[in-house]
Amino acid sequence: MSELSELYQEVILDHNKRPRNFHVPDGANRHVEGFNPLCGDHFTIYLRVEGDLIRDAGFQGAGCAISKASASLMTDSIKGRTLAEADRLFAQFHGMVTAPGDEVPDLDALGKLAVFAGVREFPMRVKCASLAWHALHAAIQQTGESVTTE
Amino acid sequence: MKPAFELDRQAAFDVQRVREDFPILSRTVRGGRPLVYLDNAATTQKPRQVLDALAGYYTGYNANVHRGVHQLSEEATAAYEAGRLAVSRFLNTRDPREIVFTRNATEAVNLVADSFGRLKVRAGDEILVSAMEHHSNIVPWQMLCERTGARLRVLPITDRGELVLDELAGLLTDRTRLLAVTHLSNALGTVNPVHEIVEVAHAHGVAVLVDGAQAAYHMPVDVQAIGCDFYVITGHKLYGPTGIGALYGRLDWLEAMPPYQGGGDMIASVTFEKTTYNAVPAKFEAGTPHIAGVVGLRAAVEYLTALGMERIAAHEHELLAYGTEVLQAVPGLRLIGTARQKASILSFVLDGVHPHDIGTIVDQEGVAIRTGHHCAQPVMQRFGIPATARASLALYNTREELDALARALARVREVFS
Ligand SMILES: Cc1ncc(COP(=O)(O)O)c(C=O)c1O
Repeated sequence: MSELSELYQEVILDHNKRPRNFHVPDGANRHVEGFNPLCGDHFTIYLRVEGDLIRDAGFQGAGCAISKASASLMTDSIKGRTLAEADRLFAQFHGMVTAPGDEVPDLDALGKLAVFAGVREFPMRVKCASLAWHALHAAIQQTGESVTTE
Repeated sequence: MKPAFELDRQAAFDVQRVREDFPILSRTVRGGRPLVYLDNAATTQKPRQVLDALAGYYTGYNANVHRGVHQLSEEATAAYEAGRLAVSRFLNTRDPREIVFTRNATEAVNLVADSFGRLKVRAGDEILVSAMEHHSNIVPWQMLCERTGARLRVLPITDRGELVLDELAGLLTDRTRLLAVTHLSNALGTVNPVHEIVEVAHAHGVAVLVDGAQAAYHMPVDVQAIGCDFYVITGHKLYGPTGIGALYGRLDWLEAMPPYQGGGDMIASVTFEKTTYNAVPAKFEAGTPHIAGVVGLRAAVEYLTALGMERIAAHEHELLAYGTEVLQAVPGLRLIGTARQKASILSFVLDGVHPHDIGTIVDQEGVAIRTGHHCAQPVMQRFGIPATARASLALYNTREELDALARALARVREVFS
């Protein structure tokens, strides 16, 4: 029961119900699609990048509560950051949700993204939490491909 | 050969006694909760009789088949062929040679797509499938079409998840070579009237492959009564081991069709100039087969026969009716698949909650269900949903387990209130 409330924290449920940045931002100049073929989650992440800076971010699509809340919180937290900073955040987020159970991940750097720490206890849901982040990573690296979490 | 297990056929179906045959059902999950296993459409649990047969083979008479003159090989060969006979009886084929062992239902479909395809399908021909097929009864046909230049056509389904049979005759043209249709849909629970479908197809001179991966463990199957040309099953859903499945093919087809894979066992003689193929069914069983799998599958079908497929079907039918009632009482729940003829499958969506979240939360209560597209993405597209949650029943499930599912769904509602 407590693991479940760790996973479905109020913040996550709120972002699922009322996703932030759930639109295509004006002047978006990069976008990447992310799929989770196993459960059908499907999001597109949009960025407006000026020089080195992410001026705006948004997303569209559908998926489970974890993947939607993750896209919502992610877009919130990368606005105004440089591409390099956002990519570092990707690495930190990824580290947090995949850290072995006995390792305490460094949550300070992640701010409110730390609400996803509970995902560690649910290996089948790690892909949900990281889907939007993988798409972001691809958008930053400009691989030109959509991403899947398979 | 005498079946290994006999039960009193007249006695009422005693689910508690049957549960004792399945060791895994007494384990707990998620911190001590009793396991409520409702993911049977993915794979079923195995009775002790099957597990004992597997161990018996490896500890008692493990050897290669059709090869040695020694006693162990003789025993293993006899057991392997007894498995063929048992599956032949289980499906009521005319002749045991009409059973070809494969890895699973998927490989059986691929065998037909490849071999029947080479015999019969040319550019401009058509293959008809239904809109409720599992990917394993779509993709092999698509690959055949790509290879030959044939065209894949689709028989649509209604909002209830029933085939639009009125359109069947119109879709069967003089170019149609084969119709592939499921007996029981894994995503919707629809039981298709395969006997009628075969009649219509045969009236148009079209061969029919029926996918029995789901049907075979829920209802008695008689391939002669159905009249189909091919019928495929998979052992792991039939309470048997993974890695073993079977193709029923009418003998005249199997004799006319070219081999699927080349290798040992499938040949009569080999020289570098010319190889002649072995007789049916060995022609389609290249290489050392899954002998233990066949031994386990035999134990499984004999177990089912002893319990009685009619009694199993009746028990599950009663459970399905109860489960339908219980789920319909859950606020905001919508069943996907409401055909008049259904078996064993309760596919559903919940307002405002993604199926994946449902799966995780009910799992915390010890209830195992499947969430996703169930390898039937065209069905999801037809209903305009990304996925469903699916509870699927087997002979050992109980009303209490469906109550547990309902309680777990109430918990989902709480979390997402
Ligand atoms: C209707 C149906 N057909 C075919 C299959 C394929 O079975 P297997 O994966 O054992 O080949 C399945 C099982 O997933 C199924 O439900």
